Amino acid sequence: MEKIKVQHVTKIFGKHITNALKLVEEKKSKTEILEKTGATIGVYDANFTVNEGEIFVIMGLSGSGKSTLVRLLNNLIETTSGSIYIDGEDISKMNKQQLRKIRREKMSMVFQNFGLFPQRTVLANTEYGLEVRGIPKEERRLKAEKALDNAGLLPYKDQYPSQLSGGMQQRVGLARALANDPDILLMDEAFSALDPLIRKEMQDELLDLQQKVKKTIIFITHDLNEALRIGDRIALMKDGKIIQIGTGEEILTNPANDYVKTFLEDVDRSKVLTVENAMIRPITVNIELDGPKVALQRMREEEVSVLLAIDKKRAFKGYITADDALEAAKRGEKSVVSFLKTDMPTVPKDMLIQDVLGLISESPTPIAVVNENKLVGVLIRGVVIQSLASETEGVTKDE
Amino acid sequence: MSKMLDSIPTLPVADTVENVMDWLTGSFSPLFDFVQNGGKTAMEFITGMLVAIPPVVFILMIALIAFFATKRKFGLAIFSIVGLFYIYNQGLWDELMNTITLVIFASIIAIIIGIPIGILMSKSSVAEAIIKPILDFMQTMPGFVYLIPAVAFFGIGVVPGVFASVIFALPPTVRFTNLGIRQVPKELVEAADSYGSTGWQKLLKVELPLARSTIMAGINQTVLLSLSMVVIASMIGAPGLGREVLSALQRAQVGNGFVAGLSLVVFAIIIDRLTQSLNKKKS
Ligand SMILES: Nc1ncnc2c1ncn2[C@@H]1O[C@H](COP(=O)(O)OP(=O)(O)OP(=O)(O)O)[C@@H](O)[C@H]1O
Ligand SMILES: [Mg+2]
Repeated sequence: MEKIKVQHVTKIFGKHITNALKLVEEKKSKTEILEKTGATIGVYDANFTVNEGEIFVIMGLSGSGKSTLVRLLNNLIETTSGSIYIDGEDISKMNKQQLRKIRREKMSMVFQNFGLFPQRTVLANTEYGLEVRGIPKEERRLKAEKALDNAGLLPYKDQYPSQLSGGMQQRVGLARALANDPDILLMDEAFSALDPLIRKEMQDELLDLQQKVKKTIIFITHDLNEALRIGDRIALMKDGKIIQIGTGEEILTNPANDYVKTFLEDVDRSKVLTVENAMIRPITVNIELDGPKVALQRMREEEVSVLLAIDKKRAFKGYITADDALEAAKRGEKSVVSFLKTDMPTVPKDMLIQDVLGLISESPTPIAVVNENKLVGVLIRGVVIQSLASETEGVTKDE
Repeated sequence: MSKMLDSIPTLPVADTVENVMDWLTGSFSPLFDFVQNGGKTAMEFITGMLVAIPPVVFILMIALIAFFATKRKFGLAIFSIVGLFYIYNQGLWDELMNTITLVIFASIIAIIIGIPIGILMSKSSVAEAIIKPILDFMQTMPGFVYLIPAVAFFGIGVVPGVFASVIFALPPTVRFTNLGIRQVPKELVEAADSYGSTGWQKLLKVELPLARSTIMAGINQTVLLSLSMVVIASMIGAPGLGREVLSALQRAQVGNGFVAGLSLVVFAIIIDRLTQSLNKKKS
């Protein structure tokens, strides 16, 4: 069943809106429009529907209009034009009172920086939505305590938000939203401020929750992995426009490459995959022990045509190719040193993948991954691209 | 050139203002009289009460408040005891009580007027654009200029003194209230809105509590400004320590002037530290 329907919704910030609209229709870029009119395109002609019980992910680069779009849904920001239907009712036509009712009863929001009130205890924060609805003290207390209990936070109810860790604070944020028992949850980068481990945990909890209570969730993220992990469908935004909507699978298989790159530019640098996440186990030859024959034997065994060369201390020395090894074997040589090649680039294992993408696409050879001079892995182009898309399935992790 | 300037007759600014004031005092005189009499009675009553408290009790009370307000430190408490004893010892106790009454009245009225104006400013950019220049103007004006309308409306005495002090001390509370509310993080305002708060709920449950310490900083300044104005208001007959300073000044009595001036400093330090520590207490 359709829960949310967004039709031709546009939001333009600033003055000269009609001018700006005209320029968008002329396919002028966002910056050009800003320079000419001083107006910013927040969202332009967004169209989509979200079904009941669905997790609908909106992703895109910073400034692409994700936050604006989600705030249009509960009218924290008013639309410039277009209609938004919640359960068939157009919220852009509602008066203040009707809007408040929708916000109080139908949808709750979870914020990137948690949005907890610092002067209120955890319990008082959780009660907030019920309090503004005018629910009697006893009842709202019970409901809030139940929501906190579900989040495993009941023991902390009398603490203040600043006394909790980030993950716990966001659990409170979620509990506050759920205490209202809304149909719809709006989550604007709700997990982006959390560290990766906690983040994964929260994603799991959200999925569990979804199984149990079947809320309709609009989830904003700029993390591709997160989107793929929790989204039933994903909408991709660029410069205020929705450029693609589909399941994760559809989005990946369709225009994958270009998009993957775009996402990477967007992703918060600190939280993106590192080289270590995408590297695979290197097949090696030890230049101090192994000769050409051993090398050839290993290549056959592992079905590769290149071996990475190391010494006894696993220090990276270069690589050898099957052709060279074959010839050396014919000549009866005992060592691989004579045909060792050294033109393979190396990167440290904790470097961000987005920073080595250029290198990967230019280098004719794979790239060696080193940690304090020791060889720890190898980056192969195809595998890297794949890992960007499906790191969560763990296909490419190979220790 | 100067001929051309001279050819324009003196513009009747002074006359106009006078006429407006005449009209105001004329048409609202019952109101002004009422405020004058009512205010005077109320303030004399409070001063009477303060004077009735035995000085020892009063000094110990202030010391106790200071002790607890500063998280059980002795510094301010001891300073209060020594300082207040000095004032008592110099025979200025009644004057001090008069000053306290004036400061209390002026500050409370300034706060009661100032906070709502600050809230209005924070909520409406139009209001902010109008009120801000007025506040700037008020703050560049030398304090004793306010004595003129005060005298025009209320004659001389305590009430015009308080009136002038209120006007003089108002700006910080207004400014800081506005600032404090505008400084509430956007995400928290959004959180309040997204849960369907009404404007009042948002103000009372989220904005004012979060702006509290900023507003308190403004109130602290307002209290100190009203003290400084209360001194100036002695020129129009407001009683208190200020009057002692003024009369010493008029008679060129350096010694007396020093004694009264030092009393004022002592009192100022005590109320400054007290209002500041009230602010720090919770946060
Ligand atoms: N109140 C506002 N006034 C003017 N322009 C705004 C306002 N809010 C957002 N914008 C502009 O609208 C565009 C979209 O912003 P939005 O915050 O929706 O992006 P986003 O996708 O959420 O980005 P991020 O990932 O950085 O959070 C940006 O260009 C931004 O500058
Ligand atoms: Mg955003």
